[in-house]
Amino acid sequence: MKVRFSVNGAVREVETAPDMPLLWILRDHLGLTGTKYGCGVAACGACTVHLDGAAVRSCQVTADALEGAEVVTIEGLGTPEAPHPVQAAWIAAQVAQCGYCQSGQIMQAAALLAENPAPSDAEIDAALAGNLCRCGTYPRIRAAVRRAAQAMREG
Amino acid sequence: MGTLRRLTRRSVLIGSLAVGGGVAFGSWAVSRPAENPLEEFAGADGAAFNPWVLVTPDEIRLITPHADFGQGAAQMQAMLIAEEMDLEPGQFSIDFGQPAKAYWNTALAEEGVPFMSTDESLPAEAMRALMGAAAKLMGLQITGGSTAVPDSFDKLRRAGAVARETLKRAAAARHGVHPDDLRTGAGAVILPDGARVPYTALAADAAKITPVTDVPLRPPAQWRLIGKPQPRLDMVAKCTGTQRYGIDVSLPGMIHAAVRMNPRKGGALKGFDPAPALAMPGVSDVIELPGGIAALATDTWTAMRAAEAVICEWGAAPYPPEQAGHWEVLAGSFTEDRLDRVWRDEGEVEAALADGAVISAEYRSPYVAHAPLEPLNATVLVTEEAVEVWTGHQIPRMLQRHVAAITGHGPEQVILHNQFIGGSFGHRLEFEFVRQAAMIAARKPGTPIKLTYSREEDFAQDFPRHIAMGRGRGVVREGRVEALDLAIAAPSVTASQMGRAGLAVPGPDAQIVAGAWNNPYDIPNFRVRGYRAPELAPVSSWRSVGAAGAGFFFDCFLDELIHAAGADPMAERIRLMRPGPARKVLEAVAQLSNWGESLSPGVGRGVAFVESFGVPVAEVVEVKDTPDGIRISRVWVAADVGRVVDPGNIENLIQGGVVFGLGHAMNAEITYSDGMAEQRNYHDHEAMRLNQCPEIFVRVLEGQGRVRGIGEPPVPPAAPALANAIFAATGKRIRELPLGRHVTFV
Repeated sequence: MKVRFSVNGAVREVETAPDMPLLWILRDHLGLTGTKYGCGVAACGACTVHLDGAAVRSCQVTADALEGAEVVTIEGLGTPEAPHPVQAAWIAAQVAQCGYCQSGQIMQAAALLAENPAPSDAEIDAALAGNLCRCGTYPRIRAAVRRAAQAMREG
Repeated sequence: MGTLRRLTRRSVLIGSLAVGGGVAFGSWAVSRPAENPLEEFAGADGAAFNPWVLVTPDEIRLITPHADFGQGAAQMQAMLIAEEMDLEPGQFSIDFGQPAKAYWNTALAEEGVPFMSTDESLPAEAMRALMGAAAKLMGLQITGGSTAVPDSFDKLRRAGAVARETLKRAAAARHGVHPDDLRTGAGAVILPDGARVPYTALAADAAKITPVTDVPLRPPAQWRLIGKPQPRLDMVAKCTGTQRYGIDVSLPGMIHAAVRMNPRKGGALKGFDPAPALAMPGVSDVIELPGGIAALATDTWTAMRAAEAVICEWGAAPYPPEQAGHWEVLAGSFTEDRLDRVWRDEGEVEAALADGAVISAEYRSPYVAHAPLEPLNATVLVTEEAVEVWTGHQIPRMLQRHVAAITGHGPEQVILHNQFIGGSFGHRLEFEFVRQAAMIAARKPGTPIKLTYSREEDFAQDFPRHIAMGRGRGVVREGRVEALDLAIAAPSVTASQMGRAGLAVPGPDAQIVAGAWNNPYDIPNFRVRGYRAPELAPVSSWRSVGAAGAGFFFDCFLDELIHAAGADPMAERIRLMRPGPARKVLEAVAQLSNWGESLSPGVGRGVAFVESFGVPVAEVVEVKDTPDGIRISRVWVAADVGRVVDPGNIENLIQGGVVFGLGHAMNAEITYSDGMAEQRNYHDHEAMRLNQCPEIFVRVLEGQGRVRGIGEPPVPPAAPALANAIFAATGKRIRELPLGRHVTFV
């Protein structure tokens, strides 16, 4: 099937099987490899993107649900030259070790802060509990979310 | 046979090196410099000062041959060179380099000797030197055993200093001044009048000078970078989705592949029907591999689904099909026949045990998966002239040999583009995934083949941490621990791992007892024996290797004895510990945690100490027994690494190591049923989630004489400290991992 949807602000048209997950459309069709494959069953959160503003696991969204959708990936959130405040906080807190989960962590945190600019520690924990980090950078992830929240509030 | 067996047992097992008595190397072969692999890249105007520094008119390139799977090895290596070379971030690029003998790892071999890390006796030092020489001759380039820092610390600073001084000579000759009148800074030689000559502008001149060799290293007081937190060079890329890993490699004309191997690991493929896969749109081929199949397709997802669709008939597993059978083998391995080595025997253990009321206990440590978040993957292109491999790997030269043996090329024709790795924990020491990619690519010459494992396949085909069983006996008297006798039975992880690499390993395996025998306690009657069980399911090094299980047995059993004696867990450990860095680490964690302060009802604290890879680490874990289950609230850690290269990165690695150790102790294990791992994805092998993560406070000491690595040592004390804390809070003594078999964690 042909599906038209927007990725990081640009309209894309992809010829794909209707049941192909968005994750693989992004990675293998569109070359947007910042979104990572970790489990394929929504158990790790590495493939988290924004779909119409909400954080979703892109391994669980199939092509036939994408017509007209607006997708934002880690590449669209910010760039090395102009990082999103959440990315800037992650860099300032020197969060990453292997870094493989961090795209998903950052997308999840950005969605949280867009909805809740001043989350409590418990709300941060609840929002990010589905994003696995095998290196164990959780203490710095928490610190970075708090740092980003403060920076965004102070604008 | 008997004689040979005894001789073999007396020889010493050193990772992949097995060196018996009477082996000697010519001093010429050992002292000869290894060939510089950068010379062929220097061109006419470039200076390859040594295997780590290349300066051309266009660029400064630093080679960081230790693989980077998140620990920051690339950064660390670059900073050591940049320190002496006076480079600033942004002035150089980094590159993992080509596999080369010149990148042999001295430190790993030195660590493998059967002496305690604190032993500086002549036999211990002589053995370390011998091992170092053997590693050099073999050109053993390997990242592992927490050795990247100890291997690099002097070597790479010297590499930077040699480059700097040679560049100064070049500048001195060109400008007619004496080298002593020159300084360097920010990538340039500074002339007496203050004018700056960039290193790149001196490359052609420097290339004509024989590099100076006798360069003293700068004293710590002059360091600009070492000992200060540095922003990691890979941080911006990793936070913006622009870091490329092996799984992100894309080449023109590339075909995607997925494998499905017999889930009864090592079992045969008895037959298969590819028809359901070949009927799927986008699937181009199904290939038979030894013990499995590969499906080829237009994209990763289709290849994975196709591999799953192939109908396969699998043979039996070459190990007990049910988990209970594995435990039975261990339980039956505490026999004279299977005694691998008596590693520690102090005082009169048998007499002490005969003389008092014996406390005894049995402990278990399960199989655990590596499961780094980036699944295994490798991209291979076979042509007549060469084989190119894009993957992340920790033993590059051995990888070359494996690939060459499959494709029929010479090892030197295998070009490895080593990639940043999305976590390893020991996973990327293995070769099967690369061998499979090479086998597929060999069938499709001229076409790049990208093999990506599904997460399910990554779990099913993992060679997990080995299982182990510990039996402790002990005696306490007048409030003190008098005797501790620990016997540990386990299969040899080293033999399993090296066997797959085609290397035989005679001699006892230190990993059966690592983290138990080597703790620098002075218990009056103290014995640790290793028993070698036959090989069971294939196993591999898992972050901290033997110390993860043996450290748990040792420290929890010591904790049992201390409680039986009615002593304070911290005070008695300190009393029993030899004076030195290990005791200071315990004292530091006691102070950091304010050990002894009164705790709220339901709150308990446990302390554990395990030394591994030469690093003494003590951890205090605090838990709260809530109505919903056990909550880990805070952790305090003290470790002594001799010298901190980057205080920011080391804090991150220690906290991560604690999370890794606690998380798997909570809920992670691999069990076998019908010969297959029962755990298929993260939902049934989860480890710690962010909402369960405690606050973790870290103190790093620099008291010991040697420079050490921190990747693995924070892991082993976490499990026993947690179990000891649960005992303190609830009175429940749990003697097997994962602890979640007996308590719920919230």
